[in-house]
Amino acid sequence: MLTEFRERIRDAAARKVPLRLRGGGSKDFYGGALAGEILDTRSHAGIVSYEPTELVVTARCGTPLAQLEAALAERGQMLAFEPPHFGAGATLGGCVAAGLSGPRRAAAGAVRDFVLGARLLDAGARELAFGGQVMKNVAGYDVSRLLAGSLGVLGVILEVSLKVLPCPAAERTLRLELSEDTALDALNRWGGEPLPISASAWQGGTLAVRLSGAPSALLAAARRIGGEPLEAPQAERFWTGVREHADPFFAAAAPLWRLSVPSHAPRIELPGEQLIEWGGALRWLRTAADAAIVRSAAAQAGGHATLFRGGERGAGVFAPLAPALLRLHRSLKAAFDPAGIFNPGRLHPEF
Amino acid sequence: MGEALPPVRADAARQAEVARALRAFLPARSVLWQEEDTRPYECDGLTAYRNLPMVVALPETGEQVQRILRTCHTLGAPVVPRGAGTGLSGGALPPGNGVLLSMAKFMRVLRVDPRARLAVVQPGVRNAAISDVVAPFGLYYAPDPSSQIACTIGGNVAENSGGVHCLKYGLTVHNVLRVRGYAMDGEELDLGSEALDAPGLDLLALMVGSEGMLAVATEITVKLLPKPLAARVVMASFDDVEKAGNAVAAVIGAGIIPAGLEMMDKPATRAVEEFVGAGYDLEAAAILLCESDGIPEEVEEEIARVKAVLERAGATRLTVSRDESERLKFWSGRKAAFPAVGRISPDYYCMDGTIPRKRLGEVLNFIGAMEKKYALRCPNVFHAGDGNLHPLILFDANDADQLRRTEEFAAEVLEKCVEVGGTITGEHGVGVEKINQMCAQFSDDELAAFHAVKHAFDPRGLLNPGKAVPTLARCTEFGRRHVRAGAAAHAGLPRF
Repeated sequence: MLTEFRERIRDAAARKVPLRLRGGGSKDFYGGALAGEILDTRSHAGIVSYEPTELVVTARCGTPLAQLEAALAERGQMLAFEPPHFGAGATLGGCVAAGLSGPRRAAAGAVRDFVLGARLLDAGARELAFGGQVMKNVAGYDVSRLLAGSLGVLGVILEVSLKVLPCPAAERTLRLELSEDTALDALNRWGGEPLPISASAWQGGTLAVRLSGAPSALLAAARRIGGEPLEAPQAERFWTGVREHADPFFAAAAPLWRLSVPSHAPRIELPGEQLIEWGGALRWLRTAADAAIVRSAAAQAGGHATLFRGGERGAGVFAPLAPALLRLHRSLKAAFDPAGIFNPGRLHPEF
Repeated sequence: MGEALPPVRADAARQAEVARALRAFLPARSVLWQEEDTRPYECDGLTAYRNLPMVVALPETGEQVQRILRTCHTLGAPVVPRGAGTGLSGGALPPGNGVLLSMAKFMRVLRVDPRARLAVVQPGVRNAAISDVVAPFGLYYAPDPSSQIACTIGGNVAENSGGVHCLKYGLTVHNVLRVRGYAMDGEELDLGSEALDAPGLDLLALMVGSEGMLAVATEITVKLLPKPLAARVVMASFDDVEKAGNAVAAVIGAGIIPAGLEMMDKPATRAVEEFVGAGYDLEAAAILLCESDGIPEEVEEEIARVKAVLERAGATRLTVSRDESERLKFWSGRKAAFPAVGRISPDYYCMDGTIPRKRLGEVLNFIGAMEKKYALRCPNVFHAGDGNLHPLILFDANDADQLRRTEEFAAEVLEKCVEVGGTITGEHGVGVEKINQMCAQFSDDELAAFHAVKHAFDPRGLLNPGKAVPTLARCTEFGRRHVRAGAAAHAGLPRF
């Protein structure tokens, strides 16, 4: 497989034709332009090693995310960042390249927090290994974490080692009727208390809070938080709906924006509907409002806005980078992909 | 240990030129160049390496840092940033031909926001001081390296420091939201944000653990966590180190992520017990400390599970801390391991390899064999939960042969860590100390990629030059090269 990937890269570099790195295509909708000849990563698949007592799994990029999660579940473990699949074909490579995390992110961490090591094919078709399979490692720059969310612009992510965690002993979801302001206030207050909150979602006057941990901790926390418990199968369906954007909120026609802001940012006044996750730090917005208005509101709140699905994508979907950071991005891109053959335009219109 | 870099000395004219350029905008107290003033900066916590800096600069504002960097960039003078100088890998070893940039005056906590659960601090703020300042709000800063009363948050960012609680609460990289500072050319950088992510590549992740080679931090935003309501620790004795290692795997395998999970072998507990009287079992071949935190009911539940697992794993004695003072007493021994060892030997050399936990028995046996081979003692303390091993080689630096044996002993152990699928440094950094072992862990292509990353931030190679990443020529000279898995020596070894 690697031989084939290497040949494709050498050939593309020689002809100066871009390559579009693609796994299951479940995230084709995400990010900037899709350009170039498809390099399908699904042939490079499989779990390389999995040692539950080491809390580490290593798998190839084409490994279906569902297969990986099933293997972990068999041993009572999970990917704690709860990555959204956005389709049946989602692969590990795509999950890391997209760098998207699900409902548990505010409590457990993001994809990048769990990446321990990675193998990369750069534009010179060189195989490079960064990080490793151990929890603590400061030998060399942390290039493997840099790959999380890189959208493939630095090279083909061949293999990734991830820290995994045990599944919680128990979970419990509570629902409370709260206004947006009251919900934001409560979430930030609870965030400062030692409560086992593992997910939260507010929409249309209802706040759902998921607790994860030891049964005794859940009981105590439920008393503190109040609200009505949700039956387990219903709760499961609800959180999957939030994670996979299958919830009715995401079905509306208006463009979907992702506003990443400090959790304590007050209500963001914008036309359209909002669904709030991550204790207030993630605000999904369905709106037909102007990109400039959305971006400026997110920036004013101390964060940034991404045009996640739909809308007018030609003007760039991610928040523009400050000039100093843009220069660094260009230099880093040039370090790994001087010919600019990997996923041009996907992360940034310029490279 | 790597051999010291050849000290490059600048002549008096160059020294005067750089000092004068800095004095143009810095007050006299902020620029030191006379030997009596610069001598205290000649080394960091790795005292085997010393080099007198040409000039020491002590800026007090971000603007001054920016001007120092711009000036040095224009003059082509190397700059080495330094926090409290507690680092153990020589990362802050000064340049004989450049400026040692001390961030010691950046000691202010700029903002504490209990509602947002974050603190904005200057890089010279001590790690433990952050938790002290936010304690009234029921919050704390989680990473707790053993040197936390002295080490600074700026140094923690440079080394991606961990501590005894990082299996559950993460390393510095997991607990820092934003770093602001300057690149070598004086360009202002703002990495990360108070939100949970920022657009573009994750440069914050790249900055953390970069050993002061990419940029100089002047403002750091850290995440604060609510203090757990309760914490208790189980102390377990084992008559065999391998059994203790297996017990660690059994705890994790049972789905428990303890707040702390530490191991010490018999020589280490004996040294410590004499020093602090923590109540350790002196007959045990190894002891484990396993801490549980959370709400009281949860802690009781977890402690009961931990005890059952450890009993099944063959623990010969189990003690659970009854109250907070006993919990702190149990930990006092572990936290005092280094000074305790310092009492029984004129010098000690601390290693920092990380290994897959399952190879612990093998690595400890290897260290035992090295003790015989080099005729030097080596007690072990081990962050067992995350596989980070700190063997302490005891030696006398006044005996040149002992020093040489220590260096060879350490090099063999670090290469063993790489061989079993681990790394040469878990949290102390490469610095100048382990630069040769980088040649064993990484291929030429990988080292070239690191140099390319460095070049993207610092094209002229002036910020902390010669540290962390060896040149390919140096690796050739060193003679020990990285062997690609499956290619030769360790065929079939799954490693990165």
